[in-house]
Amino acid sequence: MSATVVHSLWTTTAAGGIDKIPSPTIEYAQLAPTLIVAGAAVLGILIEAFIPRKGRYHAQLFLSLVALAAAFASVVALAAGGYGTTKKHIAAMGAIAIDGPSLFLQGTILLASVVAVFTFAERRLDPESHGNRVDSFAAQAAAVPGSDSEKAAVRAGFTTTEVFPLALFAVAGMLVFPAANDLLTLFIALEVFSLPLYLLCALARRKRLMSQEAAVKYFLLGAFSSAFLLFGIALLYGYAGSVSYARIAEVVDGTVQSVSPALADTMGNDALLLIGGALILMGLLFKVGAVPFHMWTPDVYQGAPTPVTGFMAAATKVAAFGALLRLLYVVLPGLRWDWRPVMWAVVIVTMLGGAIVAITQTDIKRLLAYSSIAHAGFILAGVIAATPDGISSVLFYLAAYSFVTIGAFAVVTLVRDAGGEATHLSKWAGLGRRSPLVAAVFAVFLLAFAGIPLTSGFSGKFAVFKAAADGGAGALVVVGVIASAIAAFFYIRVIVLMFFSEPKPEGPTVAVPSALTTMAIGVGVVVTLVLGVAPQYFLDLASQAGGFVR
Amino acid sequence: MNPVYYLYLASLLFTIGAAGVLIRRNAIVVFMCVELMLNACNLAFVTFSRLHGNLDGQIIAFFTMVVAAAEVVVGLAIIVSVFRSRHSASVDDASLMKL
Repeated sequence: MSATVVHSLWTTTAAGGIDKIPSPTIEYAQLAPTLIVAGAAVLGILIEAFIPRKGRYHAQLFLSLVALAAAFASVVALAAGGYGTTKKHIAAMGAIAIDGPSLFLQGTILLASVVAVFTFAERRLDPESHGNRVDSFAAQAAAVPGSDSEKAAVRAGFTTTEVFPLALFAVAGMLVFPAANDLLTLFIALEVFSLPLYLLCALARRKRLMSQEAAVKYFLLGAFSSAFLLFGIALLYGYAGSVSYARIAEVVDGTVQSVSPALADTMGNDALLLIGGALILMGLLFKVGAVPFHMWTPDVYQGAPTPVTGFMAAATKVAAFGALLRLLYVVLPGLRWDWRPVMWAVVIVTMLGGAIVAITQTDIKRLLAYSSIAHAGFILAGVIAATPDGISSVLFYLAAYSFVTIGAFAVVTLVRDAGGEATHLSKWAGLGRRSPLVAAVFAVFLLAFAGIPLTSGFSGKFAVFKAAADGGAGALVVVGVIASAIAAFFYIRVIVLMFFSEPKPEGPTVAVPSALTTMAIGVGVVVTLVLGVAPQYFLDLASQAGGFVR
Repeated sequence: MNPVYYLYLASLLFTIGAAGVLIRRNAIVVFMCVELMLNACNLAFVTFSRLHGNLDGQIIAFFTMVVAAAEVVVGLAIIVSVFRSRHSASVDDASLMKL
């Protein structure tokens, strides 16, 4: 291809006049969920600029909840209008896929975010300082911890209400991520939801040094992995001459209609395809927290403010698994025989690694982090089934898992001592004697994580393992069950610790939360039990949503 | 000139960046290495754009630059706040959470 030809691509349209450039058609109604959330995030920034400090908290909380509810309503309206089943198609000039999995995951992300925003807004847990109620976030992020400027900020009653627009920006990115239908949109969505999360991690009120350390680790490793993802995108673009999912799938399958000489040349180069696919997979597995790429998970989960940890653990995982499913099922099904063995290995080390290392943990947040790694392995087992059942079981598992996770981290925020949250496991000894209700609720969440029948964890695990076994991964199911048994050991150990050991005299107290955290935990318990006792309706919903648009 | 040479250069720059992230100790330098990796991606995009004779790759390069700029804003904010509270930007010193 000569330089003049490429140059003429830029110049011919311009020479033809601006009216010769066709304007893109955007289906605004179908993109409404994302647009509402992104618009509300921008409004949130304006609130920071124009509303006096006293009124910001309530304005931001109101705006966030209204926006998330409106976005959820529009997802439901789209689903009811048949966009998940009969009318599924590709919108916004090929950038966004409107289909069952994307609507189901968007709905899950939005509901999980509503619950997470409740925990963000909690202001009753810490004792009042200087007559002001405080939340889990730093008074002023720019003030050095322990410095005079921080003391002044605390005395003045500053709060970081920016967390609400930051969370909304992250949610907007997460809504696009599982629906992205070309690699450029995938990359931009990844950055849009990652950048606010890096900042949110650094904003803890207590243990700021740890929180900042978590943020710097998350940021450097996250940027590193997204560079790998981007290089993979470059190689796949080189292979197929396009970043559109459908086009790449055609080129991979060899069913492409018109082959230019350049495309014929690059199509023959399998190195571009295999290395590119592997690098993109790496970037997504990092976000999922699968084992060779999991190193950031425990540190970030432990250091980040606990409400943020819950939000990250639930919503990021849902979004990243959605993108992973779409990549493997829509773009690379032609490569199935190449990616399945690799994913087998990843699944096995993720399930076993997460479960085994979790046993040695002494911090409840780190324990939950390793448990989330093990759960990523269980979900991946459903992903590699490569069947329609595989998709729907993963969707169901994600919905079930996200509410348990947010609920569990919300309970962690309640158990406190003089230094803030008491996250060391030894301090949880005898909690069941002192506050039976909180301990019982936490036990329900732990049983759901362990996959005990009559909780959502059991129905989810059953669906995922069944899909994996039907998809020809029987051996994987055996490993999965062994890993579940190992995982059950440390979940039960925490329950035993809470109920059957003597409380220490100087142990932590359980803070009485406001209605916000109570609601977050309550929603978690209700979803856990409903999906455990009567999962059929939701399984049907997930299997109706199980078809990707191509 | 054969555009494939630019791909070799892009891979080389990417590898240098990745090695730098793993080897260097200063958070700022690590971050600069990540930026080098992003620029290597840009070079690959533009080269492939030339190979295939379509503009997608060149457009993506613009998006990558904007993303890199946004990453600088967020990243430097975090690194500077860590530096101010610890008086060190070494990634090895950040080890409060080791077991």
